[in-house]
Amino acid sequence: MFSTRFRASTVGLFLLFPSLALAQSTPATQADIKALQDSVHAAQMNADNSWMLVSSALVLLMTGPGLALFYGGLVRKKNILGTMMQSFAMMGLVTILWAVVGYSLAFAHGTSFVGGFEHVFLRGVGLAPNTDYAATIPEQTYMVYQLMFAIITPALITGAFAERMKFSGMAVFLSLWSLIVYSPMAHMVWGVGGLLNATGNHIPSLDFAGGTVVHVTSGVSALVTALYLGKRLGYPHTAMPPHSMVLSFIGACLLWVGWFGFNAGSALGSGPLATSAFINTHFAAASAALGWTIFEWFHSGKPTALGAISGAVAGLVAITPASGFVQPFPALLIGLIAGLFCSLMVFKVKAWFRYDDSLDAFGVHGAGGTLGALLTGLFATKLINPAFGANVATGAIDGHWGQVGNQAAGVAIAWVLSAVGTLVLLFLVDKTVGLRVSAEDETVGLDLSQHGEEGYDLNS
Amino acid sequence: MLKIEAIIQPSKLDAVKDALLEAGIEGMTILEARGHGRQKGHTEFYRGREYTVDLLPKVKIEMVVLDEMKDKAIAAIGSAARTGRIGDGKIFVSRVDDAIRIRNDERGETAL
Repeated sequence: MFSTRFRASTVGLFLLFPSLALAQSTPATQADIKALQDSVHAAQMNADNSWMLVSSALVLLMTGPGLALFYGGLVRKKNILGTMMQSFAMMGLVTILWAVVGYSLAFAHGTSFVGGFEHVFLRGVGLAPNTDYAATIPEQTYMVYQLMFAIITPALITGAFAERMKFSGMAVFLSLWSLIVYSPMAHMVWGVGGLLNATGNHIPSLDFAGGTVVHVTSGVSALVTALYLGKRLGYPHTAMPPHSMVLSFIGACLLWVGWFGFNAGSALGSGPLATSAFINTHFAAASAALGWTIFEWFHSGKPTALGAISGAVAGLVAITPASGFVQPFPALLIGLIAGLFCSLMVFKVKAWFRYDDSLDAFGVHGAGGTLGALLTGLFATKLINPAFGANVATGAIDGHWGQVGNQAAGVAIAWVLSAVGTLVLLFLVDKTVGLRVSAEDETVGLDLSQHGEEGYDLNS
Repeated sequence: MLKIEAIIQPSKLDAVKDALLEAGIEGMTILEARGHGRQKGHTEFYRGREYTVDLLPKVKIEMVVLDEMKDKAIAAIGSAARTGRIGDGKIFVSRVDDAIRIRNDERGETAL
């Protein structure tokens, strides 16, 4: 509306007043130029905002129903609703917490470890851009985009304690986790003045879309939770195969497509950087699916659907920190390595250590995120994203080998924060609300014991 | 009156039903079942770990017939369901004390 009017009037002006081009710079001309600049800026902002709103929707889709279906299909039939409810609960709870205080703790000015309370109740977060983060979109767009990340991160952890966690305990534990682990980690990596902020002067680490903030934190927390809670009844000698690989397959594909919002949306705009991230995301998913499948074909003799989709997810996890920093063929390589590495973690390492990370949240997200963060330090290049300055080497392939060290530092901090924060919260919630369901409830299943419902009633 | 229970391979259900109809037996109940005899299960993979599934899908057919139909029924089932391999199934025969038609409360052999 606004821009069309001005476009028409400026064309009209040039047609009716050809002498304008020869005249000295008059106030009328300056006003016209300013109006043109404003309309160009508005158009750019609208383009960026539309992509960012779509991306926000795509990332939410990853949780509901992407992750809900992916995890839901992998558990036994009696736990399908319980599993899906855990993801859905995050969609509700984290949204409220984020609006009240989570966003502020992550993105307000504060210390190098956590934001302050400047934006509690979203005070000061309006429709004008926050130039600290994204100059071409309303800050509320930025806030809601980041919210979708805050939602999916605790939802990922639910994979580790599948089939044996109380709904009430899970709700309290993950709500507190979001405030005590997620917001501070997000602040350190992306927040103004954050310890690990790429543009800061402490430990500049590169995490384009949340390899460390989302996947390392959730993966490590998942491992700690799995160890604390203990194994499911009957694990490992009772076979507990997925009750519906169909649901998991659909969920995994939704994750793949949604991840375009997760990674390409992290460009915070609709320009060429979003294209780079989009392509890298897709390439890594494809090569990782192949990598896992190849490993499994040799290991077990048959390529399973579960292996293929797990591989794709592993590749998507690993490319997450690298997506806006690397070139397409390194992205293919990152995916392939992730597929091979994560399948090894899940097939061998889990069995050696004998922990029951039911849905491989650590094997895929924790391990994949760690691997991806380090490979980002290797393959990040100023040719794609001059993150440290116009002609400044970004990663190792530019010559800046020290970046791998920075990445390792960031990952180490994430490991420590996640492990310690999770352990403290588990202990607290266990002693108050309680964490694990009773043996009887676990046998009957979460659907009936926690929700009084059945997922499937095919005889009705 | 005799009850004949046959556990067969699911893929043989249509053949067995047709054979029974041809033999003059019209009433039967079909159940989906799982089980095994000497037949081994198959292996499946989950996260790289191999495990044996030994509860195999089967079909159970139940019918109650007059005593004189016993041999015809068994012959029909047997010839239709047989492949000669382990897993073909089994047929059991037992005595039935009474039969009642719910529609009109008929009792005994005429209720069949």
